[in-house]
Amino acid sequence: MDLMMHLPVLIVVVPLLAGALIVLLNHRKGAWLITLLTSIFLVYASVQLIQMVGQVDVISYTLGGWKAPLGIELRIDALSALMVLILAASALLVSIYALKSVEKEIPEQNHVLFYTALLLVIAGLIGISITADAFNIFVFLEISSLSTYALISMGRDRRALHASYHYLIMGTIGATFILIGIGFMYVMTGTLNIEDLAQRLPAVADTNAIRAAFAFITIGVGIKAAMMPLHQWLPNAYAYSPSVVSTFLAATATKVAVYVLIRFVLSLYGIEFSLVQMPFDNLLMILGTIGILGGSVYAIYQSNVKRMLAYSSVAQIGYILLAIGLASQPGFTAALLHMFNHALIKGTLFMALGLVFFRFASTELSVMSGMGKTMPLTMAAFTIGGLSLIGVPGTAGFVSKWYLVIALLDASLWPLALLVLVASILTLIYIGRVIEVAYFRPVPEGRTRQKVPLTMMVALWIFALSNIYFGLDTEISQGMASLAVNQLIGVTP
Amino acid sequence: MSIELLYILILLIPLLTAVGVLVCHQKPNVREAVTLIGGISLFLVVVALAFNYDFEQPVTLTLLEPFPNLSLALRLEPLGLLFALVAGFLWPVTSLYAIGYMRAHHEKNQTRFYFAFAISIFATMAITLSANLLTLFLAYEMLTLFTLPLVTHAGTDAARRAGWTYLGILMTTSIGFLLLAIIWTWTLTGTLEFTPGGILAGKAEPAILGALLLLFVFGTGKAALMPFHRWLPAAMVAPTPVSSLLHAVAVVKAGVFTILKIAVYIFGIDLVGQLDAAYWLSMLAGFTILSASIIAMSKDNLKARLAYSTISQLSYIILAAMLGVAGGIMAGSLHIVMHAFAKITLFFAAGAILVSWHKSSVSELNGIGRAMPITMLAFLLASLSIVGLPPLGGSWSKWLLLNATMDAHNMVLLIVLLVSSLLSIFYLVEIPIRAFFAKPSDPNYNNGINEAPTFSLIAILITTTGCLLLFFLVSPAWNLVEQIIP
Amino acid sequence: MHELLEHYNYWIVVILMMMGLYIVIASSNLVKKLIGLSVFQVSVFILYITFGKVTEGSPPIITDNTDVYSNPLPHVLILTAIVVGVATTSVGLALIVRIQEAYGSIDEDEIHDMDDKDDFHIEKQV
Repeated sequence: MDLMMHLPVLIVVVPLLAGALIVLLNHRKGAWLITLLTSIFLVYASVQLIQMVGQVDVISYTLGGWKAPLGIELRIDALSALMVLILAASALLVSIYALKSVEKEIPEQNHVLFYTALLLVIAGLIGISITADAFNIFVFLEISSLSTYALISMGRDRRALHASYHYLIMGTIGATFILIGIGFMYVMTGTLNIEDLAQRLPAVADTNAIRAAFAFITIGVGIKAAMMPLHQWLPNAYAYSPSVVSTFLAATATKVAVYVLIRFVLSLYGIEFSLVQMPFDNLLMILGTIGILGGSVYAIYQSNVKRMLAYSSVAQIGYILLAIGLASQPGFTAALLHMFNHALIKGTLFMALGLVFFRFASTELSVMSGMGKTMPLTMAAFTIGGLSLIGVPGTAGFVSKWYLVIALLDASLWPLALLVLVASILTLIYIGRVIEVAYFRPVPEGRTRQKVPLTMMVALWIFALSNIYFGLDTEISQGMASLAVNQLIGVTP
Repeated sequence: MSIELLYILILLIPLLTAVGVLVCHQKPNVREAVTLIGGISLFLVVVALAFNYDFEQPVTLTLLEPFPNLSLALRLEPLGLLFALVAGFLWPVTSLYAIGYMRAHHEKNQTRFYFAFAISIFATMAITLSANLLTLFLAYEMLTLFTLPLVTHAGTDAARRAGWTYLGILMTTSIGFLLLAIIWTWTLTGTLEFTPGGILAGKAEPAILGALLLLFVFGTGKAALMPFHRWLPAAMVAPTPVSSLLHAVAVVKAGVFTILKIAVYIFGIDLVGQLDAAYWLSMLAGFTILSASIIAMSKDNLKARLAYSTISQLSYIILAAMLGVAGGIMAGSLHIVMHAFAKITLFFAAGAILVSWHKSSVSELNGIGRAMPITMLAFLLASLSIVGLPPLGGSWSKWLLLNATMDAHNMVLLIVLLVSSLLSIFYLVEIPIRAFFAKPSDPNYNNGINEAPTFSLIAILITTTGCLLLFFLVSPAWNLVEQIIP
Repeated sequence: MHELLEHYNYWIVVILMMMGLYIVIASSNLVKKLIGLSVFQVSVFILYITFGKVTEGSPPIITDNTDVYSNPLPHVLILTAIVVGVATTSVGLALIVRIQEAYGSIDEDEIHDMDDKDDFHIEKQV
């Protein structure tokens, strides 16, 4: 069927066009509706793509019929399909959530532009995940980043503006570094297509230019992925942006940056170069570990729960980077698995906080006093997400921890395994603080049971329950991760 | 009735009871009836399972398979059945006690209490039926979380802090040590199934296996081995029914049950006998026994004294498990039963004293026997069971334990056991002696009998009779524990 | 020395890049930071274009005079990158305008001080 053949390009083009359509129509409710319909389409498309990838391993699509490596090619393998699934599912749940959340948090005249920017971000992130052209990655990266800056700045708190500006500066530096790296690679090999580059690189791998290129790209991606110590932009950006934005970003943005890292490290440069010749594996493990500890410790000291979760995200990215640094099959499987599971966890937590913000216009810890009684469903969902973050068995977070510890033990790094488990205790402390305040502090004077919009609650609980579902049935998540890893490692030239 | 159906019922009944409790929130009497019916039916199902189950042909029920080759599954074996019978019997009895206590004490949030009780029993039953370490770990963590609202029931600052201590110690040990040990075992052997004879023999050098054993035992924080014992006295801030069932029976017994299961079905008793780490752990258990007994003697608060007594008694079981002889396993398993009945009686009595007379310190109990003769008599009998004197059930497990230390040629531990029995006379039997023979510290004690609330009194009588009956009718329990290591 | 002069184009790139980064880091004025960012990006543009120049090559427009053309691809890439740069600068400037409205200042240090006092959120003037 014609539609199926063009799915790869449609998943980028449809959100882009939808964004343009929204601006033209300039109708608030219509904007939301179009966003919702687009996300539904994206979910449908991602499921189709997963099935197709299951049969043919890799889907290749050339834009405009110009053949690779001269033309721009879209390649969807298991990893890309997994990323598209994460993005589409997050987009759908966030769209459902956004109806009421946006009304409350964003001034009316900006609603239409908000939805446009959201769709552009989605288009950009999906584009990154499926393109096989290195420069194209840069273009989509900037598309999504610029839209993200705009989205973050729409938060009610004026500090959102400053946070967005700070992110803009750092993000642009990061993207420009990536651009430099791509340039060096192009000069040495004459091609921009990832697969072609992978074949041509080994011949020139021993030059300073390629080493420099590698360094630039990894630093650039590191900034985008909030790898410690390049994470400075994240806490404020997540804390002060509108709830819909922080939810979506926490679930997707940094993961896509990690995806870019994996693509470059595995598909392009190959394990041999990246992780053996260059000391990148050690670097990743060290920085990942620092991220885990630093993020968790900083999180404990925050009084703003959103900032607490933002630092927690830095820690979780640390886990993923640590897993990648192991440079082994169990390591990569654990990393990809956690990319998926963490989207579920943070999605739940940030959505729950969004509901708090909806009612009380603040996410300070003190505001959440007694919330176990005044917003019981919200807190229950938050608790589920929190337990998943800690890694209690029965939740998706436990599955990630399990695979990560196995990967670490497989590499005989049992001190790090112990450290990962200790970090769970740190997580217990800061999540425990929130739960304690919600369930054990008295309800403030005059506050009664709060009503919250059904759409927001539904989206929240879908995220929350999926934590439990994917904690007990890992066929999809772990299956896809394993498949992707097999393809990636087998692709090494 | 198929075995699988019985398994499912054992898990389902507590859950349904929990739901029933919530539904009957507005009608306390119906709510209490739901709890009692749930408890009694659960016990009957466990008994049915006991009669219909053939240990030679074990039946496994796989619930879910979260990881490839790793499932959440249920399978009964003699030790699990023993624990299930004990917990299943004592839940309705404690519910009976709780009805009397909570009403007489005018406790708030009773629905939340009975609900949390029911789901904690669910978790306990899941522990007894676990077929592998993953299922056990899941149920173990659930038990910690489900009992937290019970520990912090009072809602006071002290309760909150106790909750943090409880959660902190238990989750730190379980995530930091136990989970690590479980995953490590998985990487070494490729399986987590409980298998007679163990799965670890020959899979790694003794040094590694020793480290693994240490991780497992220290990871089981619920067994209150020093230095991870602080949560137990901290949890005494909870209402006495909570302390009785959970901290004399369910939570702590889940801890020692885990250690016994790991010793028998993961390591294998022969391997345990060979490991140096096991020797050192048995010594640590011995140290815990003595120091906890000494601390108990110094405590004037009755519940605190009982808490340290529990810590001491739990280490009896840990010691027994680490001896590496079959007799030790038998002794430890039997002690689960004996100690459960005895300790629960003691806690019941302490709660009754609190409710009827608002006394919580030992020094205030002089002469209270005049006012609460039945309760204090029960206290006396239960204390004697703990000391290990006939005709109380505790004498059997004590005797087996002494034999086991001799089997293992460990004279030091033999002496430790004898000394601790002596100490327990001092810190436990002292109390009923004061109650009956000392001059009353409160003149009201002479004003006639003011016993425990009726329901609670009935519960006390049931458990005390249990302590006595377990001496004379010990053979069913004996048969079960003999089958653990055939 | 000869080598230095031979690769003068790359030296210019490096100097511009470092100048740009320095301006970003050292300025406290938000607009100046943005200017530094632009300088930084421009250096990368020059890098690409200088990659594309083929010795003795003419601009990549087909004529009859010569067979050697400079590589057109970097030019195309840089056009895209310039557009991205323009968009980035405009978003940045828009943010600065809003920051000025909300804070009354576009100096980083002053804004930090005001943020520290903002322990509870303050609504922006819409």
